[in-house]
Amino acid sequence: MTYVALGVAAWLFVIGAYGMVTSKHLVHLCICLIVVQTSTYVLLSAIGFRAGATAPVFYDISLSTPAVDSVVQALMLTDIVVEATVAALLLALIVQIDKRTGTVDPNKIDLMKG
Amino acid sequence: MHFAPFPVVIPLLAAALLTALSGILPRRLIDLIACLTSASVLVVCCYFVHVTERTPIVYWFGGWAPVHGFPIGISFVIDTMGAGLAAFVSLLVLGAFVFSWYYFESIKSLYHALMLVFLAGMCGLALTGDLFNLFVWFELMSAAGVALCGYKSEETGPLQGAINFGVTNTLGAYLSLTGIAILYSQTQALNMAQVGASLASKNPGNVFVLIAFIFIASGFMVKAAAFPFHFWLADAHAVAPTPVCILFSGVMVELGLYAVARIYWTVFAGALEPYAATVRQLFLIIGVLTALVGGVGCFSQRHLKRLLAFSTISHMGVMTIGFGLLDAGALAGSALYVLGHGMVKAALFICAGILLNRFQSVDEFELQGVGKRAKWTGILMLIGAIGLAGVPTFGNFFGESKIEDALDDLGLSWLDTVIMISGILTAGAVLRVWARVFMGWGERRPDQAAGAPKIPMQRETEGQPDRTPWTMWTPAFCLLALSVGIALSTPLRQSIESAAHHMQDVGGYQTLVLQGRVQFKSVPAAEEHFPSFWRELLTAAIAAALAAWALFPGTLGTAGDAAVRVFCAPLRPFRAIHSGRIGDYVAWFIFGIAAYGGFLLLRAA
Amino acid sequence: MKYPLRLGLFLVGAIGLAILYGLAIARMPGEHESLYGRLINQLSQPQQHIRDAVTAVNFDYRGFDTLGEEFILFISVTGAIVLLRETYEKKKEEQMDAITPGRAVSQTDAVRTWTLALTGPTVVFGVYIVIHGQLTPGGGFQGGVVLATAPLLIYLGESFEVFKRVTSTPLIEITEAIGAGGYAIIGIIGWLAGSWFLQNVFPLGDQNNPSVFTGGTVPAINLATGIEVTAGFTLLLSAFLQQTLADRGDS
Repeated sequence: MTYVALGVAAWLFVIGAYGMVTSKHLVHLCICLIVVQTSTYVLLSAIGFRAGATAPVFYDISLSTPAVDSVVQALMLTDIVVEATVAALLLALIVQIDKRTGTVDPNKIDLMKG
Repeated sequence: MHFAPFPVVIPLLAAALLTALSGILPRRLIDLIACLTSASVLVVCCYFVHVTERTPIVYWFGGWAPVHGFPIGISFVIDTMGAGLAAFVSLLVLGAFVFSWYYFESIKSLYHALMLVFLAGMCGLALTGDLFNLFVWFELMSAAGVALCGYKSEETGPLQGAINFGVTNTLGAYLSLTGIAILYSQTQALNMAQVGASLASKNPGNVFVLIAFIFIASGFMVKAAAFPFHFWLADAHAVAPTPVCILFSGVMVELGLYAVARIYWTVFAGALEPYAATVRQLFLIIGVLTALVGGVGCFSQRHLKRLLAFSTISHMGVMTIGFGLLDAGALAGSALYVLGHGMVKAALFICAGILLNRFQSVDEFELQGVGKRAKWTGILMLIGAIGLAGVPTFGNFFGESKIEDALDDLGLSWLDTVIMISGILTAGAVLRVWARVFMGWGERRPDQAAGAPKIPMQRETEGQPDRTPWTMWTPAFCLLALSVGIALSTPLRQSIESAAHHMQDVGGYQTLVLQGRVQFKSVPAAEEHFPSFWRELLTAAIAAALAAWALFPGTLGTAGDAAVRVFCAPLRPFRAIHSGRIGDYVAWFIFGIAAYGGFLLLRAA
Repeated sequence: MKYPLRLGLFLVGAIGLAILYGLAIARMPGEHESLYGRLINQLSQPQQHIRDAVTAVNFDYRGFDTLGEEFILFISVTGAIVLLRETYEKKKEEQMDAITPGRAVSQTDAVRTWTLALTGPTVVFGVYIVIHGQLTPGGGFQGGVVLATAPLLIYLGESFEVFKRVTSTPLIEITEAIGAGGYAIIGIIGWLAGSWFLQNVFPLGDQNNPSVFTGGTVPAINLATGIEVTAGFTLLLSAFLQQTLADRGDS
């Protein structure tokens, strides 16, 4: 069952990278980077999954109930925060590029040739 | 032992403090606090270097020591190599703060906060013993680096450089995280020692281990500017402010290589024992390609900062060769190379910053001859160029000779030529710039102005065009003086040699972290002899000849012109590939990972 | 590089990458009990009196990672503000006068009523999620993001003027720094007291009667994180909105 989820993770990575390579708009490129990051979330939660187990919150269930892996979920949380903040930084850069050059097409900004 | 969190926590706290009080404090006090913080981190890290000579320090955060030998918390494993790197990081950050003292426009105290957090991230990367912790500090470094790179956002150049930097490094980091997750599924651990022990004992098959290795190493190789992941480095350096360039070239990219080395030895060395030859071949290929691409790129640039960036790429290739030999002597050579190269490169970037401050340009042809008014800067640049060539006792010399000794021992002497070519091209380029700018030599061609790069040059400082402030040239002078003298000290060389042996001692590392027992292999006493230096002198001589020929191309007549045409023919596609387009960089990244991974699998499976 | 060449290079690489990824997936073990996860699930309540194992991992067992992550948030917000502020400073005088209350799009009564009515419950809900992180799913990050939507609701319901009055930027910057620094200081408390950095040295509370104060340092860290995340996202919102409105005032 989880092989489907793992396959989705691989697909997301590749399709996100494809979007970045063929992008014609910087915001689209940033979102494709987020898609690549999303593939790691799917990968992490698929790795932590146990069939028939419940969430690792033992507020009203006993400690012996089988629960999914809590460590990968904590890693995912850190991952999400990192992604959101990096995206914010990149979007701020994109807003400024639009203001300076009037374009957001990554193929048209030509300053770094050579 | 108690001081273990200091290098990371104190800069973070200082950054938060500076941001909270940014409206109130005067600029000088902010500078002072920043300098004091980095100086204190330097002192603590030097103390660590001294204390961890025999035994690394293992510090468990939150007091979460291993439960029945299974680690459940995060640890710092501070050994001499890591502590030495952290000390070097803080030294360069201190130099950068002195350079930007008072003359660098800072928006309240945000520049200082960014630099301090950058320092904390780099120290964390050097000292950690946990895979996910490594990823977190890596991302912290990248975020702070992107913000610092795009700092001067009035111009478009920094913005494009910062985006290229941010996107490529983040993409690499997430592939690394994919690798870490894949490893976790097999070993159920995140502590490096635990993962290494688990991989070695379970042996999930060479295909799995090799793929996990290439995934995890990829993000750090992007940071280390290995070919074909090196494109972002030139863009970022061309536009970042000078104190930031000092850090990028001096120590940030080297930390990428350090992370690959650390991961290889603590996590993968046991499981990849039978395939060490293939891994060695892979890193030698990467190193050679990087060194050559960087060298060619360096010599063909006229933008001074971009030229220095390509030279960093080339030297990173040499360091990768040193690591790739998987030998303790070569690793010690790489460490010495990091020290020497970092100091020399930092000093050269400071010279570029001084030129920018006084003459508002970093284009080689625009600056032709104007350097006569800045003689002392010229002398610093000349010494830097000699250091890049590895002339005896300067800069790269000791590191380079150790790597070459190891190459000779392993029967790979032909790679010495690659190292020589890298030195020739990079030192030749800097010598050419020195001669043109500070001596006014070189033919002036009418088409010079037409070839100027479009990257606009922005003022970084409230400049004083008549003289260079002492806060600017003092760090350069000190760093160069250190680079000349530091490797002459035999205790330092021995300390680095034993640090390299400890880094490779996988069993000792795992026993110390997981069981708390000290059981390191004894370090063989190194024979002390002054390395032979005829190769380095030859490099310097050929570099000078190359620079002279570049300055006066007509002197060799028609044969010279024909040689120029042959040499420059591959340059046009070379420069076309370095297009500055982010889509290209991503395509090269994916292709590079697939190629290297395919190489590993086909040779080892 | 020409586009077809780029695409070709990528496709070759993508096929290779997909094969590598697929091979790694194929060799991953099937489901079984993960030792690390099982240990944490079993230990978090008896040892630390924390019922939510994910929060225990995030703020206690692997709290040092979360400190780094907090500072990534802090530095990215700082960086974004530095990047966005450059143009804003220059146009400040012209634009801020131009954005008069009359320029704001007047909202319909329905929108105003609902957004303003929901602001209060949003704040309460956000605070609830923050302080109950160690008992139920939640914590500083999740609650902080919910809290950050409260100023957004004010902006949607009222005008930018009111939003500016509610979120005075210098104060929020200081709040964010206090949140970030607070986390580090909580860690230092244990360090200075002679034990380890980030050790859980506060009283753990009663295991069988869990309340908002069980868990030792974790509620305090949750609070600091919540403050920092709220302030950070509000700052981001404010900075991006200012840029957009300065743009619109321009054209």
